Amino acid sequence: MRSPEHVELVRTDPDLPPVAVIDRRPMTTGKKLVFAAIGLLAAIAWALVAFVRGESVNGAYFVVAAVGTYVIAYRFYARLIEYKVVRPRDDRATPGEQYENGRDFAPTDRRVLFGHHFAAIAGAGPLVGPVLAAQMGYLPGTLWIIIGAVLAGCVQDYLVLWLSTRRRGRSLGQMIRDEMGTIGGAAGLVGVFVIMIIILAVLALVVVNALAESPWGVFSVGMTIPIALFMGVYLRYLRPGRVSEVSVIGVVLLVLAIVAGGWVADTPWGAETFTLEPVTVAWLIVGYGFLASVLPVWLLLAPRDYLSTFMKVGTIVLLAVGVIIAQPAVQAPAVSSFAIEGNGPAFAGSLFPFLFITIACGALSGFHALISSGTSPKLVQKESQLRLIGYGGMLTESFVAIMALVTAISIDQHLYFTMNAPGTLTGGEPGSAADYVNGLGLAGPPVTGEEIQAAADSVGEESIISRTGGAPTLAFGMSQILGSFLGGASLQAFWYHFAIMFEALFILTTVDAGTRVARFMLSDTLGNLGGPLKKFRDPSWRVGAWICSIVVCGLWGAILLMGVTDPLGGINTLFPLFGIANQLLAAMALAVVTVVVVKKGYVRWAWIPAVPLVWDLAVTMTASFQKIFSPEPSLGYWAQHAAFRDARAAGETSFGTAADPAAMDAVIRNTFIQGTLSIVFAVLVLVVALVALWVCVKAVRAGGLPTTEEPDAPSSTFAPSGLVSTDAEKEVAAQWSAYHDEHPDRLSTGTHA
Amino acid sequence: MSVLRRGWYAVTWYVTGVLGESDYQRYVAHLRRVHPDAPVPTVGEYWRERYAALDVDPGARCC
Repeated sequence: MRSPEHVELVRTDPDLPPVAVIDRRPMTTGKKLVFAAIGLLAAIAWALVAFVRGESVNGAYFVVAAVGTYVIAYRFYARLIEYKVVRPRDDRATPGEQYENGRDFAPTDRRVLFGHHFAAIAGAGPLVGPVLAAQMGYLPGTLWIIIGAVLAGCVQDYLVLWLSTRRRGRSLGQMIRDEMGTIGGAAGLVGVFVIMIIILAVLALVVVNALAESPWGVFSVGMTIPIALFMGVYLRYLRPGRVSEVSVIGVVLLVLAIVAGGWVADTPWGAETFTLEPVTVAWLIVGYGFLASVLPVWLLLAPRDYLSTFMKVGTIVLLAVGVIIAQPAVQAPAVSSFAIEGNGPAFAGSLFPFLFITIACGALSGFHALISSGTSPKLVQKESQLRLIGYGGMLTESFVAIMALVTAISIDQHLYFTMNAPGTLTGGEPGSAADYVNGLGLAGPPVTGEEIQAAADSVGEESIISRTGGAPTLAFGMSQILGSFLGGASLQAFWYHFAIMFEALFILTTVDAGTRVARFMLSDTLGNLGGPLKKFRDPSWRVGAWICSIVVCGLWGAILLMGVTDPLGGINTLFPLFGIANQLLAAMALAVVTVVVVKKGYVRWAWIPAVPLVWDLAVTMTASFQKIFSPEPSLGYWAQHAAFRDARAAGETSFGTAADPAAMDAVIRNTFIQGTLSIVFAVLVLVVALVALWVCVKAVRAGGLPTTEEPDAPSSTFAPSGLVSTDAEKEVAAQWSAYHDEHPDRLSTGTHA
Repeated sequence: MSVLRRGWYAVTWYVTGVLGESDYQRYVAHLRRVHPDAPVPTVGEYWRERYAALDVDPGARCC
């Protein structure tokens, strides 16, 4: 071992080998050179991304800039957070070790846990947001995805994971209540619930937009249900526990379903049966969500989850390889006029704050705080591994977002806006869509209606006009990238539907699980109200489960239908609400983290969570303010509401994009609901932020306050911290193997027995 | 050959770990070590119980 004088071995029991390695060795010269080289490479890639213009910007530069920045951030910034805030103590037993029961509390290898955690945090969000944000050009999105992840998203995930690990794996809602009292706790609980509902609705809307009028998509995504049911039965009755075997079978069936979708869509009966109106698809998804939340988990949810995990990792790897091999040329400008003028067709609003709202997952996602508290803390072996799981997991998600952005900006700009402008602007026909996008003043030669139709034909779709929501655009870009080296034009339609399929799969898994989680939050809250409602607390009471499921599906289903039928084009009015909701959840999470850091007396380092918190509050409050008070109807919900109401009162029968009185009434109703939700979100988060500020002031005046951290329990196991073991860790691990060889009966990890 | 075999072993170890397939073995090892007198469930019984627990709290998936 190199310079052992800087390595401290910690023991909790003189009879046991060391349980922790405190390594204070400076970096070797070789390592310093490697990091310097990585930093230099990343700087060159950043310079190319930022200053080179035109066709010569290569998609691979983005990958190099991102990965280089991640390596440096992980090595230096995450390490700073570890030293100054987290201060991991590996001689302290984690919840997994202390309460080990072999089930939910079970120390898990750090590399396996990383995969587990990543599969739980990554979904369709980092794929959809960057695609929409591409309307502002490539530079703002790239900067925010990378810098936002490094300074905000990863910090949130890492520190929430730390908080929950020190509190027996408690949930975010509980931690807010414990650290900030009942008012903050109540606002937090209601906030989490409402935010969950809106997130489910908007994600379902993305699926509706991808599947409506697409018989191929409807057939192949629909087939995932019988495939999952088959897998469930197989796992229960034929070969219990053979999870990877059944997952491989499921993935093969899934690929068959995608291929078969093409055949079915080509037959007249298939096209007739599976070409569905958006409203029909929406009702089907609501019905599906309800069924999935009341059927037993083993039958539908668990097998879908296995498929989703397999597809997630596989597709992300495929996309990364595709971008690196195909090296697509960037078609989007660095910064588009929509970023400055705020009149973009995919979503309204200027760069600040709406870029930071649109790209939530991939840069800063509050939803991760729900994942980071709860499951992963009960599985971690050592506190020092939290950096890999929390910070590292989020870096990986940020990388996925960069891939999605590269895919979107390498699509021809005219086609990009053909797909992402709402039908009221494009007119829905190739000719009118071509006229519309040619009038936008985009770079590159103008497009013709025939070319738009040819693009749709190339991916086996009837039309690609106004397929908003991000998923079809990403699928289109992916089909071009993958088709360019795998199968050429003949497989492009397959890749398009492959991409649609996996996005729908992720989202439907989120909808299943989210509906269930929201249902339990609801029944728990009702049960806590006491009186006759106490019965709701019993999770085995089926009637209560059904009532709560109906309420939850009804809530998100209503918002979904509102988005589907919105005369203004659902995605551009609802997606900002989704982003705001997600970022407000992040504000709550960062607020509780800041409170704990201040309470613990680390005031000097409170800026680490406070800077992203203040930034996030600035973004979300500005966005909420504009959505509530902007006099510009395309931006402000209430301005739109008033404009339509006045028109209705004046007896007009059509107004703006609403063609008849019923459509006008729909706009009046929708904007009222959206505007009200905006106000509710903003008020709830302001309450949490103010309570957090008040607790922080109290803590600073008192020179620190007690937190609800659990008392220490000594650890009696050892595990390495990082992805790769150091030489010192290998030596200690060898001591443990020798010890276990000598005392096979002491092969214990738990301390509770 | 042994490199291939070790590689295959590593891949299956990782995949079964992430998907949760190896949780049964972990649970049995835990029981034998800490509660040697407790009855050991079969694979089928273990997964039934486990899915029943997930019915109550499936854990959120992110967007």
